[in-house]
Amino acid sequence: MKPFVFALKRQPDQRLDLAPLVPHLIAGKSAAEIAAIQLQTTREKLTAGDIFEIEHGDAQSIRFEGGSERFDNVGHGLKSGSIVVNGNAGKAIARFMSGGSVTVTGSVGPFAGSALSGGILEIEGDAGDFLGAPINGEMEGMSGGFIFVRGSAGERAGDRLRRGTIVIEGGAGDYPGSRMIAGTLIVLGSSGALPGYLMRRGTIVLARPPAIAPTFVDCGVHQLTFARVFARLLEPQSAGAAELLLRPLRRLAGDTAALGKGEVFFPA
Amino acid sequence: MPMICNGVRIDDSFAEAFPMQGTAIIITAPNAKWALQAAVTMTGFATSVIGCGAEAGIDRELPGEKTPDGRPGVRVLIFSMSGETLQAQLVNRVGQCVLTSPGSACFADLAGEERLQIGDNIRYFGDGWQVSKKFGDRHFWRVPVMDGEFLCEATTGLTKDAVGGGNLLIMGATWASTMRATEAAVEAMNGVEGAVLPFPGGAVRSGSKVGAKYKTMMASTNDAYCPTLRGAVKTSLDDDIGCVLEIVIDGLTERAVADAMRAGIAAIVKLGPQDGAVRIGAGNYGGKLGPFHFHLKDLLP
Repeated sequence: MKPFVFALKRQPDQRLDLAPLVPHLIAGKSAAEIAAIQLQTTREKLTAGDIFEIEHGDAQSIRFEGGSERFDNVGHGLKSGSIVVNGNAGKAIARFMSGGSVTVTGSVGPFAGSALSGGILEIEGDAGDFLGAPINGEMEGMSGGFIFVRGSAGERAGDRLRRGTIVIEGGAGDYPGSRMIAGTLIVLGSSGALPGYLMRRGTIVLARPPAIAPTFVDCGVHQLTFARVFARLLEPQSAGAAELLLRPLRRLAGDTAALGKGEVFFPA
Repeated sequence: MPMICNGVRIDDSFAEAFPMQGTAIIITAPNAKWALQAAVTMTGFATSVIGCGAEAGIDRELPGEKTPDGRPGVRVLIFSMSGETLQAQLVNRVGQCVLTSPGSACFADLAGEERLQIGDNIRYFGDGWQVSKKFGDRHFWRVPVMDGEFLCEATTGLTKDAVGGGNLLIMGATWASTMRATEAAVEAMNGVEGAVLPFPGGAVRSGSKVGAKYKTMMASTNDAYCPTLRGAVKTSLDDDIGCVLEIVIDGLTERAVADAMRAGIAAIVKLGPQDGAVRIGAGNYGGKLGPFHFHLKDLLP
């Protein structure tokens, strides 16, 4: 079946809330009903039909032809099916996603994959700050699934990560894996200051680490079986991550300023 | 009347087998020697549920490309009569024999809705330093040990469709010729996936019957197949038989047991009566105890 296509007519002149355009909310609706869905975030009304040429298709497979950094909340709460954005997207893409896949060919804003609990989010460009992180007093960030960023990520990637795997193939900003509760964060480029700041548990693997905080304690160089298993499982989606995991890695346990049961690995 | 294949007499009989519960795991290590060592240790003293709690064996050795961590591995099958016993046996055996074996890791290798704990139980050995790692649907435990970490999958699948007690009785003129036939059969049967031969080297020489003259004995020697009693009891043996060996088969499916028996019969028949066995039979209890009947005539080469 052909995908459900939203082709961008013109760049929007305000931020848009695209949360309603997910498979489980558009399934069974007519083209006219979908065109009437309001997406504005200001007092100026803007409907899906105003912004997109809509081509009816399989609601489980949505394509946005043309993106914008003003496309907020794309794939919000996605449960199944796939969303592809051919272009950029704004804040909180795939927030609360629990299954299926979201792919962005461009770059995205902050809070991408925020509190994601399942499925795969792939960003071919860069991600903003707080990748996978919680918003406004929520206790947990991402709690399952996968995020792959082919470019770089901003500050505090994986903040309060609880479970799941994040791979950033480019660099990461300051405080990657801050306050991590558990889960796995892998950065193949350079990393900003203080990785794993106040992390409790979890695993951070950095190809090019900065100076690690003195609250992390050296546990020597190892080639651990779990890294071999993760390398094999990640290989289809990130050959770079697999290669990094197979190298002898120095293990630093921390952050001892918090619980101290986490770990930061980097090539020995 | 027995059927005759390549000069080997084949009884018009059947092996009577029972439902069991089973699972499969993969044990890996830095090299094949230590993977095999862990598997051999774990499947030791696991010949019969009567005295061992479980029946277990090595299904096959695996090259690195076929294991979850890329290291050489061994697939082990373990069976028991109930899920609870199987759970206890699995944890005891992995805990005492695999956790302890240098360099080892342990992975689930059977899909199934119902799960048995492995790492979920053994993790407590980590005394608080154990680390849980999830990847998609898979869940592993990392337990710090003196040579690094023991990696163990949290759970493995349980099958209730396993079959235990498939068997062949291999009868020959001498111990040497009967053993040649038995070894040829064991080698062929080891090639069948999803089935193991839990007895020493795959062979049993002390086949049993139900009951005994002594009240405390549940089972006792199968006198009808003892060559030294041939003239003294109601024997099942012919005049040209001086030795009987049995092969017992446990499989994850009825199909695996049948395939193993078929492979074993073919190997014995191929060897012929001069160098090998003169007759093949199968053990049963009249067909009333076990629901699975493997008729030899259906398994001929």
